[in-house]
Amino acid sequence: MILSFSFVLALACLAMVAGPLLPVFFGLFVPYAAFLVFLVGFVWRLINWGRTPVPFRVPTVGGQQKSLDFIKPSSLDAPYSHWAALARVLLEAFAFRSLLRNSGAELSVDGRLLYRTLPGLWFFALLFHYSLLLVFLRHFRIFLENPPALTGALENLDAFLEVGRPRFYLSAASLALALFFLLLRRVLNGRLRYISLPGDYSPLFLLIGIVVSGLFLRYCAQSDYVQTKAFVAGIFSLRPQNPAGLHPAFFLHLFFVSILLASFPFSKLMHMGGIFFSPARNLPNNSRAAHHENPWKGPLEFRGYADYENEFRAVMREAGLPLEIDPDQTSEAKE
Amino acid sequence: MPLPPDAGQLLQDLDYSVPRVSWMESKAVFNTGFFCWPAREDTMRALKIPAAHSWNVTDEDWHLPENWEKIIHKALCVYLEKFRSLKIFMDVCVRCGACADKCHFYLGGGDPKNMPVLRAELLRSVYRQDFTLAGKLLGKAAGGRKLDKEVVKEWFYYFYQCTECRRCALYCPYGIDTAEITLIVRALLLELGLGTQWIMEPVLNCKRTGNHLGIQPHAFKEIVEMLCDDIEDLTGVHICPPINEKGHEILFIAPSGDIFAEPGIFTFMGYLLLFHEIGLDYTLSTYASEGGNFGSFVSPSLMREINAKMYAEAGRLGVKWILGGECGHMWRVIHQFMETMNGPAPAGMITPRSPVTGTVFTHAANTKVVHIAEFSADLIRHKKLNLDPARNDHLVMTFHDSCNVTRGMGLIEEPRYVLKAVCNNFIEMPENTIRERTFCCGSGAGLNADEIMELRMRGGLPRGNALRYVQEEHGVNAMACVCALDRAALPALADYWAPGVSITGLHELVGNALVLRGEKKRDRDLRGEDLPTSAADADSASCPDLDPKDAGQGEERHV
Repeated sequence: MILSFSFVLALACLAMVAGPLLPVFFGLFVPYAAFLVFLVGFVWRLINWGRTPVPFRVPTVGGQQKSLDFIKPSSLDAPYSHWAALARVLLEAFAFRSLLRNSGAELSVDGRLLYRTLPGLWFFALLFHYSLLLVFLRHFRIFLENPPALTGALENLDAFLEVGRPRFYLSAASLALALFFLLLRRVLNGRLRYISLPGDYSPLFLLIGIVVSGLFLRYCAQSDYVQTKAFVAGIFSLRPQNPAGLHPAFFLHLFFVSILLASFPFSKLMHMGGIFFSPARNLPNNSRAAHHENPWKGPLEFRGYADYENEFRAVMREAGLPLEIDPDQTSEAKE
Repeated sequence: MPLPPDAGQLLQDLDYSVPRVSWMESKAVFNTGFFCWPAREDTMRALKIPAAHSWNVTDEDWHLPENWEKIIHKALCVYLEKFRSLKIFMDVCVRCGACADKCHFYLGGGDPKNMPVLRAELLRSVYRQDFTLAGKLLGKAAGGRKLDKEVVKEWFYYFYQCTECRRCALYCPYGIDTAEITLIVRALLLELGLGTQWIMEPVLNCKRTGNHLGIQPHAFKEIVEMLCDDIEDLTGVHICPPINEKGHEILFIAPSGDIFAEPGIFTFMGYLLLFHEIGLDYTLSTYASEGGNFGSFVSPSLMREINAKMYAEAGRLGVKWILGGECGHMWRVIHQFMETMNGPAPAGMITPRSPVTGTVFTHAANTKVVHIAEFSADLIRHKKLNLDPARNDHLVMTFHDSCNVTRGMGLIEEPRYVLKAVCNNFIEMPENTIRERTFCCGSGAGLNADEIMELRMRGGLPRGNALRYVQEEHGVNAMACVCALDRAALPALADYWAPGVSITGLHELVGNALVLRGEKKRDRDLRGEDLPTSAADADSASCPDLDPKDAGQGEERHV
């Protein structure tokens, strides 16, 4: 954790100090390069996964199979068709169904294992991802010179409380809250702290940095919105503007987003794509009904029956077991 | 063998706190009672394991082959190229911790490396170091860890403390399946000549004699005849099941544990009674006398080799379809792997159809294999069985969902349907411990060796705890299961965690409740224990078509 924190802190200092000094490098080169790395890396990872064969149909079955007509199957947790499996994956990806099932086991003083439903992780994970999505979509107001009406509608929805000046966005608060929960959980829960790697903290710190700098730019900094917007829209329309004079906090914001993007394909953030590829979730539970092909299946050598009978013929004969090659009959035939 | 501490003491001493030292820095400490004896060199040689050698778990030097790093690297590379599952599971974990307290070994032992996430990290750290860009550049900062001999030892220790039950995979938001990872790491260890005798010997037996226990064909026949004698003694009905005979409709394959030892044999007697009563046209086979598959615990190729006998024998005997007995991992292999590995089914086989009810088992149209719980549930649904559940009235039953048939197949309601038809007293265990959330017996995937009794009892804690609960609250005194490993493992678990609860197979109960045509007065169950008197009375009353001649014969024989 300390490693990740120092790393992210160093990045922050770098962006704040060096950003305004080397505006073109930090404002244009880094974001473009990061985006390129993200795009190529992400696609490459997906292709790499997609090209790796799935030798067996191994879904984790989470409910009643389809078997007899008087027993009701669980179509989502034991999907029988590819469509049902698709529905399972989509619900997993967009509603985090497996996390909803989460429970915590505790040993009571009288030696009983008790299970508590723990929807916290599900709730905050969902809150985080959807807040982030909303914040991202809202940013199209800045990304595009002529944002579509939809972004305006999203903004109004997000700011329906109509408080603050500039208007306060709910998604910003929920994103910050969810990030705070996810970080706190990782730090305070001994078990989680024990399993956490630097790569688990860094994205959290980066995202917190992005949220804080974003909020700072919107509410505190005396930054020039018109210039910033023109600059960002310039990036997106591939007509780069001169980044000189932009607020240091903006450089930090942009730099952190760039780092997050560039590291995306090489980090655990790839779970975003991976969830759709997991054979444990995206395959139907119908291997007994429909064939599944293993592309690398080779020929098989195994001990055939003839070999087996050859070894045990005498005892089998004595026990009166039927034989393929009966010595008695063979000798009779010879005579 | 060191006996596990007393159950109450074990619970009191349980400590889930995490150590100060990072998991990457700490070595595996080999505690007696937590590791299996290594596979013997001659066993491994006979199985053509390349680096077969003699070694000891507690020795400093495991005598790994000289180029062991290269061997692992190369093998891991091959598995990564062949299994998308492995690649995805190595790449996408976010360490959310949802799996941490879902593992029975973690809950029963508190060793943090038994949290499924860390168990997987033992491999993932090496994967990151050697196979990812971030790991190659940043090493430890990217979660990488150098593969050294201590890591190999750690793999051996912890991947043989996993029963491939897949409970963690159910809770994982990405379905990261530790069973898949465990299987592959065990396969990697085999490349270095490291295995356990408890698994490799049955694999070798199975290749040679057709079953894990090494029962030769004549002995197999003798055992079946002995069980038939017992059946005749108890019911007065004479049964002579065909063995290795051609021209029958169905090949019946059970786990060999069911003809080997109590309480499995009672389940086997239940199968035979059922088949006799419905007049099933079937045969047993000595060549394919094993439903189970110890190969599936350690290597995809050994799994395939052992499983190949089923279709080969079905083809040779010319049966129409296969009926499978009660077994956990046998059924995961049949359901998820068999037709892919060894299909297509022999040409003469057809989509299974119950000869009694006419039900066509379309869900098994591809593999042509039906689970006996499905088959029996269908019989009961169509009222084809004359059942007297009162004969099981002395039992207050609960049901243990075996992990493999549950999370590997979805066989959940079929056994319950049968159970409720043959027993009047049925109580479910707490909902977090049954159905898809079921806990392992703690002895699956090749871990039912005697030398790891402490590990097994610890792993059995969540199941034992739930069992104890229904025993105390509802007077449960018997637990049914549909798995031969369960039948071997659960009696010890029950003795330890919930003394007084007996373990039965599902079809043992069916066999007890089944009112046979021509049976004598049933006063004893399949274990030879007295049946409740009232039930025995009800039983003769409910048998109007009892043939006095047959019954008389039965009586005569045993007076």
